[in-house]
Amino acid sequence: MKRVELIDVSKSYDKQVDVISNINVTIEPGEFFVLVGPSGCGKSTMLRMIAGLEEITGGILKIGEKVANNLTPDKRDLSMVFQNYALYPHLSVQQNITFGLDVKRLKKEEQRRKAEEVAEMLGLTEYLERKPRELSGGQRQRVALARAIVSETPICLMDEPLSNLDAKLRAHMRSEIRRIQRSLGITMIYVTHDQVEAMTMGDRIMILHEGKIQQIGKPIDIYNYPANPFVATFIGSPPMNLANGEFHPSTSELVINNELRVLVPIDEIGKLPRTSMTVGVRPENLHPTTPETKSENVFHVEVTNVEILGNETVFSFKLGEEEWMAKWSGQWHIDIGDRLPVQMEFESLSIFDEQSGELIKKTIDYGNYVTKQEVSP
Amino acid sequence: MTRIGTMWRKSLDGRTAALYLLPSIILFSVFVFYPMFRTIYLSFFLTDQTGNAAIMVGFENFQYLLGSSEFQNSMKATGLFVLYTVPITIILALFFALLANEKLKGIGFFRTMYSSTMGISVAASSVIWLFMFNPSIGMFNRLLGVMNLPQIQWLLDPEWALLSVSISTIWMNIGFSFLILLGGLQNIDEHLYESSRIDGAGYFYRLRRITLPMLSPTLFFIITISLINAFQTFGQIDILTKGGPSQSTNLIVYSIYREAFINYQFGTASAQAVILFLIILVVTILQFKLGERKVHYQ
Repeated sequence: MKRVELIDVSKSYDKQVDVISNINVTIEPGEFFVLVGPSGCGKSTMLRMIAGLEEITGGILKIGEKVANNLTPDKRDLSMVFQNYALYPHLSVQQNITFGLDVKRLKKEEQRRKAEEVAEMLGLTEYLERKPRELSGGQRQRVALARAIVSETPICLMDEPLSNLDAKLRAHMRSEIRRIQRSLGITMIYVTHDQVEAMTMGDRIMILHEGKIQQIGKPIDIYNYPANPFVATFIGSPPMNLANGEFHPSTSELVINNELRVLVPIDEIGKLPRTSMTVGVRPENLHPTTPETKSENVFHVEVTNVEILGNETVFSFKLGEEEWMAKWSGQWHIDIGDRLPVQMEFESLSIFDEQSGELIKKTIDYGNYVTKQEVSP
Repeated sequence: MTRIGTMWRKSLDGRTAALYLLPSIILFSVFVFYPMFRTIYLSFFLTDQTGNAAIMVGFENFQYLLGSSEFQNSMKATGLFVLYTVPITIILALFFALLANEKLKGIGFFRTMYSSTMGISVAASSVIWLFMFNPSIGMFNRLLGVMNLPQIQWLLDPEWALLSVSISTIWMNIGFSFLILLGGLQNIDEHLYESSRIDGAGYFYRLRRITLPMLSPTLFFIITISLINAFQTFGQIDILTKGGPSQSTNLIVYSIYREAFINYQFGTASAQAVILFLIILVVTILQFKLGERKVHYQ
């Protein structure tokens, strides 16, 4: 339960180009903090800098209240789970778990007790005598987890720990890791490239791209109010639809990709830039029309592809140069080539500055609340 | 008729396999199997000058050898030679490999240097060592002279000759062992070391609990190869000492050579070769039985 603070941290190799720059973030005690980004964005490097496996070439890293820049990895009071688990192939599961305790010269008896305790917690009890090669991928993953837990460090770092598991096991381990983190109250820093993991596990997530912070915040806030087009397309599946937009003051219309015209409410006009901008809309905010739909909010599209995922239907269509996608809930019998009416409101648009990518206009809050508590008689 | 037909079709895989094996079977037969069986055959005979079997003597060749003090001396020299060279070569090579496995600037230069003895033939390096061992103009005695130490008759003193040959052999063999061990070290997953560093393991703890166990298959391989090589040493003996002085460096393969091609006793030479074969076989089996228990394959 320690705070981790990065102040203006940067990393460069051979004093040339920064691969990571200007990282400023405070990770609170007991927080589940997720670093997410596409491969090569520097997220693993950042984790390794916190662990002390990579040198920090600029800025300050504080662990607890102490500056940790020059501490060796073992003095930083943390444990780490590697992507390939880094299990010792020649040692049994129990020896693997107690490796760190043995380094610290804990009594053999004590080592065994702790290993058994952790094994119990992770369901590894019957595998303690086995070698890692005799375990399945999921079990190996648990051993790696057990090794991190048994060290009882206040901070745990994980580097894409679930990426070698199959989809079903991954979903299970997501909640398992989250449960363990909560019950032990560890400060967790978790690296992943998978946005689903980031959204479901993180108390807060940080999105990195090309070594720079794109956005830090609660998963749902990032989903609703992405700070720039990169975040908008990175988080969410299918990604947010983006297009070029132009405001025509004469008709107070926003023209998207020279095709789609959306009427801008009077009080919003002042907030829009005079020049062009980037307009985004989430696929689920392109609705089917209903009898109440106002006709100015409807446009017609020609369907180019359809996917039915059980209870939701995703179809794509061309809007000028861009391919957009819409997600409708329920099963819709749509064929490729159909012309459909689609409803879109100005309120649901996210508008970004074309140059800086900065978010100018947020969507309205689509969150639902449970209003009536059902009380059983 | 149909039964033969199905047999023929069923054995298609087998016939294909045999065809693929054929080239190596032919090569092995010509250069390994035939000479081996010929040697075993000859070891039961007395031969004429051209090496043809003349009189069948059964196990007399072996009886003669086991009783001969010359052969016993040769066995003893071989045993000592193996004992001097194998452990030291491997320990030194391991030490150099550990040094050269560190990530430092210009480490490639040292890796090349340490493995360079592999690129020199036994004959060439023996000639160089011959010069260095020379009592009057050699480097070693010059050095001893500078330090005011008594001169040593490196290759001429029966007390020193085997040691001198061993030293040059260690030097020659280090390159190969180094390269194999370095390869083994580089195969160890870097994450294991990173993980142990987070746990706070020191260098020697890591060496003992990660490096050596992970390297054990490589070590096992290089020990086996080195043992066999040491038993079969020939070139440096022929150039440096010719088995002398007073038989002190007459290693078994050199003794076989002398028996066969200088004394023309192909029968007893073959018997020696068979005994050497059995010794190497037993040592290797023993090593597999005892050593493999400590080897961790991944």
